[in-house]
Amino acid sequence: MFLTFVTFLPLIGAALLAFVPDEKTETIKQAALGIAVADFLLSLVFYQEFDMHSHKMQFEFMVPWIEAWGINYHVGLDGISLLLYILTTFLTAVSILASWEVKKHTKYYMISMLALSTGMLGVFIALDFFMFYVFWEFQLVPMYIIIGVWGGPRRLYAAVKFFIYTAVGSLLMLVGIIWMYLELHQQTGTYSTDILFMTDNLKMALEVQIWLFLAFFLAFAIKVPMFPFHTWLPDAHVEAPTAGSIILAGVLLKMGTYGFLRFNLPLFPAASYSLFPYVCWLAVIGIVYGALVAMVQEDLKKLVAYSSVSHLGFVMLGIFAFNHQGLSGALLQNINHGISTSALFLMVGMIYDRRHTRLIKEFGGLSKIIPVFAIYFMIVTLSSIGLPGMNGFIGEFLVLIGMFQTDVVFAMIGTSGVIFAACYMLWMFQRVMFLEVTNPENEKLEDMNLREKILMVPMVILIFWIGLYPAPFTKTFDASIEHLVSHVNKHSGIKHEEEGGAHHAAVKGKATVAQLLTTGTSETTVLVKE
Amino acid sequence: MVNLAFLVPLFPLIGSIINGFYGLKIGKDWVSKIACGGPILSFLVVLCLWVSLFFHPEGAPYPEQILFTWVPAGSLQVEFGFQVDPLSCVMMLVVTGVGSVIHVFSIGYMYEEYSYYRYFAYLNLFLFSMLLLVMGNNFLVMFIGWEGVGACSYFLIGYYFEKKSACDAATKAFVVNRIGDFGFLIGIFYVFQTFGTIDFSSVMAAAPTTLVYGSETVTLLTMFLFIGATGKSAQIPLYTWLPDAMEGPTPVSALIHAATMVTAGVYMVVRCNALFNLAPLTLTIIALVGGGTALMAATIGCTQWDIKRVLADSTVSQLGYMFVACGVGAYTAAIFHLVTHAFFKACLFLGSGSVIHAMHHEQDIRRMGGLKDHMPITYLTFLISTIAIAGIFPFSGFFSKDEILFHALMDGNVIYWGMGVSGAFITAFYMFRLVFLTFHGESRVDPHVHPHESPAVMTMPLIILAGLALGGGLLGIPLIHGWHILGNWLEPVISFDWATALHHSETVLASHGHHESFTELLHSKGEHHPNVWIELLLMAFSVAVALSGIYMAYLFYRKHPELPAKFTKGQWGFDLVQEKYRVDELYDEMFVKPTVEASERLWKDADMKGVDGAVNGVAQSIGFMSKIAQYFQSGFVRNYAMFMVMGFVVLLIII
Repeated sequence: MFLTFVTFLPLIGAALLAFVPDEKTETIKQAALGIAVADFLLSLVFYQEFDMHSHKMQFEFMVPWIEAWGINYHVGLDGISLLLYILTTFLTAVSILASWEVKKHTKYYMISMLALSTGMLGVFIALDFFMFYVFWEFQLVPMYIIIGVWGGPRRLYAAVKFFIYTAVGSLLMLVGIIWMYLELHQQTGTYSTDILFMTDNLKMALEVQIWLFLAFFLAFAIKVPMFPFHTWLPDAHVEAPTAGSIILAGVLLKMGTYGFLRFNLPLFPAASYSLFPYVCWLAVIGIVYGALVAMVQEDLKKLVAYSSVSHLGFVMLGIFAFNHQGLSGALLQNINHGISTSALFLMVGMIYDRRHTRLIKEFGGLSKIIPVFAIYFMIVTLSSIGLPGMNGFIGEFLVLIGMFQTDVVFAMIGTSGVIFAACYMLWMFQRVMFLEVTNPENEKLEDMNLREKILMVPMVILIFWIGLYPAPFTKTFDASIEHLVSHVNKHSGIKHEEEGGAHHAAVKGKATVAQLLTTGTSETTVLVKE
Repeated sequence: MVNLAFLVPLFPLIGSIINGFYGLKIGKDWVSKIACGGPILSFLVVLCLWVSLFFHPEGAPYPEQILFTWVPAGSLQVEFGFQVDPLSCVMMLVVTGVGSVIHVFSIGYMYEEYSYYRYFAYLNLFLFSMLLLVMGNNFLVMFIGWEGVGACSYFLIGYYFEKKSACDAATKAFVVNRIGDFGFLIGIFYVFQTFGTIDFSSVMAAAPTTLVYGSETVTLLTMFLFIGATGKSAQIPLYTWLPDAMEGPTPVSALIHAATMVTAGVYMVVRCNALFNLAPLTLTIIALVGGGTALMAATIGCTQWDIKRVLADSTVSQLGYMFVACGVGAYTAAIFHLVTHAFFKACLFLGSGSVIHAMHHEQDIRRMGGLKDHMPITYLTFLISTIAIAGIFPFSGFFSKDEILFHALMDGNVIYWGMGVSGAFITAFYMFRLVFLTFHGESRVDPHVHPHESPAVMTMPLIILAGLALGGGLLGIPLIHGWHILGNWLEPVISFDWATALHHSETVLASHGHHESFTELLHSKGEHHPNVWIELLLMAFSVAVALSGIYMAYLFYRKHPELPAKFTKGQWGFDLVQEKYRVDELYDEMFVKPTVEASERLWKDADMKGVDGAVNGVAQSIGFMSKIAQYFQSGFVRNYAMFMVMGFVVLLIII
């Protein structure tokens, strides 16, 4: 019940805000921030109360909704969703504070933000397919409005593209859900849309699993976004206001990876195993492609947007490593990306507020004029590059060491991403912050104000905290991951070495080198010199 | 005692934080005190740790201080821990000792800088990272330090961030290092996959009974680790960043790009000697890369006019020697040369800093000359270090370099030795060329510049380092058994159980049907005491080589100064060397430009036209179809009726 309350609190707040007169903008902003912060603090209770040793759903709550169709209002949190849930409440508060300077229709902006928060939180707690789909589509609406009303010059194009792309992508998922719903009735005689019930009871042949996997894949891959479904992202980011970008990168993209963890892997383990090389190819292409394209961007936001494509490729790689390190890294990288990239968007937003441009060539030498900003920007940049001691490194390292045990080739291509990350981020940093001040408009820039520092300090603390002592974060999902790994391994039915196909053969040929090289942990069997 | 280990990196970290955040408020004097206090306190703690090691019971495992579990992930549990053993202790002594001296020198050198505090914050942060690198008890803690020093090096090379060349050099250093780090990371993945742990002590203990001599696993594993080493220690093919790194302030070049950071690769190879021992192919490659780098960089050093660039090339070259030593399994010699090199190269860089300071930031040796009368202390210390690097008895460089050459011949082959000896000749030549052009002869100094000796805060460090460069050879006295202090000290870390390892390899190979005998190999790895006369003869020979190099420099730059121009003018070979074999240009053409071009095309063609075009194309065709549909939905019942009739007719025809 408490979970429901925390989830709907922003929506209730939004409803109440509707009664405040439009012109009381200060009150509206303060109220919205108050609600968001309260919601964040309340969500921390879940961390406090969470049983870290259990993989089971916690804080579960279920009431029948449409009994005739077997639809329930069923919510709960487990290790996979807990941190994403808290991240969402955290970033909602951050983005409301970041939107302090929004002048246009402040009230409706804040209402959209709060409604968006409920929509996103709902996605992470829904344990019923019907509910999940409702929330999944619901959160599109406020985001569409935020981009479409408060966005940049091409906001309508970007908003429509974002909306249609995501909505169309999830249509096939809906078909898949209905198919499974009917199939479940055939197999068990009950009509149910309960996700947990379906995961435990629905049995599907590999062929069927593959089709369903693909239907879900399209929905989630667009959301992640995986190459080649990523082109909506740069447009949406560039046009969205700063807060929109923060939410977009910090939370909305995570819904895609969350979908893979909640649905694709547990529901279609055999298909996940057999399609793993294709997904991994897309992931590593995304890593390298995103990084290369990021390198030549002229717009700061586009650069960060493409870097997201690269970073999310790591998350996908970790998920499809099917082992503890990989999944642990993927989940942590989800959080890391939420922090680092949000922080980058925040800082790009700060420059944009001052100069009303984001073109890299307009800047240069800013370190000298705004030194405090430069320090924060450097920290966030290095965190995005994945410097050890900061958050990004732990996630990437775990993902890659996990993938290395599954497939050497993908791990190596993925690891090359760390080189490209250094290229595009440092080159950008050099052109923006270093060198001489050439543009006279930059000479009078003001350094960070108190509000901006309040926004950045928690980010920097989290960056170092996760980098140096990630245990409080990783322990939340250890049990769930352990369970997921064993579930997938148990139900995969086939080992991925056994399938055919030209693509597989190519991967297999190289992967066997890894298997050859592998030696047991405890045994002393070793590979032999050929 | 080991419980104090965490203090060693902590002091510089605190210094860095205080100076970084409050440096502008507390003023330059306090910044200097805090900045130098950190490393000096660390040095004192290291001395305590060092003394405590004398009481360490023989054969017992070395103490480790575990602070907390850093990365817990299923079967991978990485602790944040420090290791205090003879090897890390030597490195800690060098890092904090030489580091403290260079910090003190920096007070004088950097005093006029506005962002003095920023410089010291970075420098302390560097020491912190470097100490993590040498003290970490597993690969991952080492890797924090490994990338941390890279980041600090990036900050410090780009210290004068308004200069484009400095920014470019900084970015280049970071990216090239990252290429090495890519290899290092893969190496760590291999280690984890092979051993199930990444703790140094467990991995090294398990190596003899886990790996098969010369197997593919160990070869690949060590090759990837070595790629990491080539990045950090500036070896072929990743050496190009180091000469450019001279854009940083000179004390930074002394500390980071000569004495400490660039030796990290050598340290890592020695730390993992149990793995490298089992990979003969990798060792061969290491020795060849080291020898090749030593020669190549030395030749470049002969042609440069910038005082710091000459020293940078010399650093690359000397690091090559250390890798030759690693490649022939002479790990003690590698560490010995690392230590003596830290002394004399730090002294040389600081000496060049003193000169540059006196010359108001003039670095071109063609505009120097005759400085010895103006700055006698700098001259004398520079000379001592130059003699040391040239390898003249009884200066420290003689002992360490000779040990490497000796092992290169005895444990390796005549090719490595030949590379080393030719390198030694060239080294003696270009180093004395530098001394003659800078300090001797007619003054070519700009008449507006009045060179002067540096203040005591700068000359004292020079004197200390010159003293060490002079006496450092005592650490490893050859010929007399048991007098090699460093050798005895490092023995527990680098001793390798060949019998067990080779026996294990034979067993495993036999179980797979390959019957191979390693008896001969085992025999060759045993103790062997070569003839003292051979050793003496080799020493005499290498001193003779060095002397002839010096004489040639004397001939060219003192006696007949017109000779060099006569020899080099219009020689395409000379131009090639002077342009550093055009490797930078080659890399630019081969890697940098194609990558940027490909990225442009990926973005503009593939992304915007291809992928996004497809998406928009789908959208447009849907729009187009709905337009057609719209045409049919005209709203006139008459038209609908007509369509119905037409449809009916079509249906009839089909049927």
